[in-house]
Amino acid sequence: MQDATILWKAEIRVTLGSLEIDVAMQGGRAPVALIGPNGAGKTSILRILAGAHRATTGRFELGGDVLFDRSDEFELPPEARRVGYVPQGYGLFPHLTVLDNVMFGFKSSAPAPRAGSGRQAAAAMLHKLGCVDLAERHPGALSGGEQQRVALARALVAEPRMLLLDEPLAALDAIARRQLRAFVAEHLGTIVQPTLVVTHDVRDVMALNAEVYALDSGQLVQSGPWAELAAQPATEFVREFFDLHGPTDTPQPAS
Amino acid sequence: MARSSARNAGRLPLALAGATLLAILVVPVAALVLSSSPRDLAAGVQHPLFGPALWLSLRTTIVSLLIVVATGTPLAWWLAATKSRSARFVEILVDLPIVMPPAVVGIALLETFGRAGLFGPFLQYWQLQIPFSTIAVILAQVTVSAPFYVQAAAAAFRRVDPDLLLVARTLGQSATGAFVRVAVPMALPGLIGGAALAWARSLGEFGATLLFAGNLPGTTQTMPLAILLALESDVRAALAISLVLAAAAVLLLLALRVATARQWARGPGAEF
Repeated sequence: MQDATILWKAEIRVTLGSLEIDVAMQGGRAPVALIGPNGAGKTSILRILAGAHRATTGRFELGGDVLFDRSDEFELPPEARRVGYVPQGYGLFPHLTVLDNVMFGFKSSAPAPRAGSGRQAAAAMLHKLGCVDLAERHPGALSGGEQQRVALARALVAEPRMLLLDEPLAALDAIARRQLRAFVAEHLGTIVQPTLVVTHDVRDVMALNAEVYALDSGQLVQSGPWAELAAQPATEFVREFFDLHGPTDTPQPAS
Repeated sequence: MARSSARNAGRLPLALAGATLLAILVVPVAALVLSSSPRDLAAGVQHPLFGPALWLSLRTTIVSLLIVVATGTPLAWWLAATKSRSARFVEILVDLPIVMPPAVVGIALLETFGRAGLFGPFLQYWQLQIPFSTIAVILAQVTVSAPFYVQAAAAAFRRVDPDLLLVARTLGQSATGAFVRVAVPMALPGLIGGAALAWARSLGEFGATLLFAGNLPGTTQTMPLAILLALESDVRAALAISLVLAAAAVLLLLALRVATARQWARGPGAEF
């Protein structure tokens, strides 16, 4: 671990259909990766942290603030959490240009002191992520890698206190995935926000040097620095996940 | 070659059946267009029935469309976002006027707003007379046309990816803000299509209006009702009104096609 300070803590217990989720996780500055087979509940956990569903019991604390605490029925709405969420498929608004997508967060909080400078901030973030040329285009006209960069720019420009990424590279072809993996690792390294990444790919975990939580059927089966899990996998899934000679770079169906 | 011609031979009865239906649909419209000379048409347009009916139809259908969109959009959103049984039940209630005969809708409206109806005493206390007024025309139009809009709008809202709404929320939008800034723009082609269908239904509304609002020139006599009266006095006026209504219908169909084509043109990028 690069920094032992705990920045976020989440406990979630909830039943969604036939899936019973029961997890306790925490993280610091180092990115945290959530791994597990399809249907293990990874996306549901991100959506609960972002505020789409309510946990039955649980608590989510971030940077000293409580975002939800079911024991006293406290639940901050998604717009008040300042948690950035990039869903699988990037979630860009197809009816808005790239620049308007990135500025979306500014228009939402008009009274904010920097509302007037939203355009410059958005353009600067696009520049930083190498997609300033795309500003006037619509998401439908972008490649998957470009869409992912724009989605990342949009999430970051809102200055979230935590970033949730759902399979950020899964939909890309092998070459775009390699390029963007290095890019994401570099940019997540320079931002201070804690990040929780759902991934199917051991290369993502290694590139991010992530702490790993391994999930199966809604329950945690193992957690720790990735090297630890790689050396002593607790389950068959974890062993196969870290088996570098296995077919790790094959695209996985959406969970 | 031989196989394909054999298949064509087998298809002949089917093709004939289809062509028969097409003829039944198209020939009357063609007959309508061919029936009147330009002189007849000019005479029909100048008939005293024509102008007031056109003006009343325009006014009432625009007002009823505004009411349907303003009240139907939130209802459709709720229907699309709610998975509960009560929402499915409400959906059936909303569809009811589609399958109910318009005359029955007219009687039901009379039993609601008429002097002896459900709200009769209340309306009488405030000296409000709704049946056989322009308000009755609008109420009848709203009742029969709203289901078309609500159905189309709910279907359009269901196609909006819930993840996009969650993203909008995490970017600082309230639930209402996400609805206005993401759900509505993304569902817009479907909303426009539904509004066009609802407007067409209002414009053609006849049965419920006749029973609930009557056929009073200038007050409740919309174009379809004016046709009824014109047939007794001057067929040319009836034809002129019919042609205007037919032209409006054709224009609407074309506009709908353009709206749908625009939706397709967004292509795969619209649904990552």
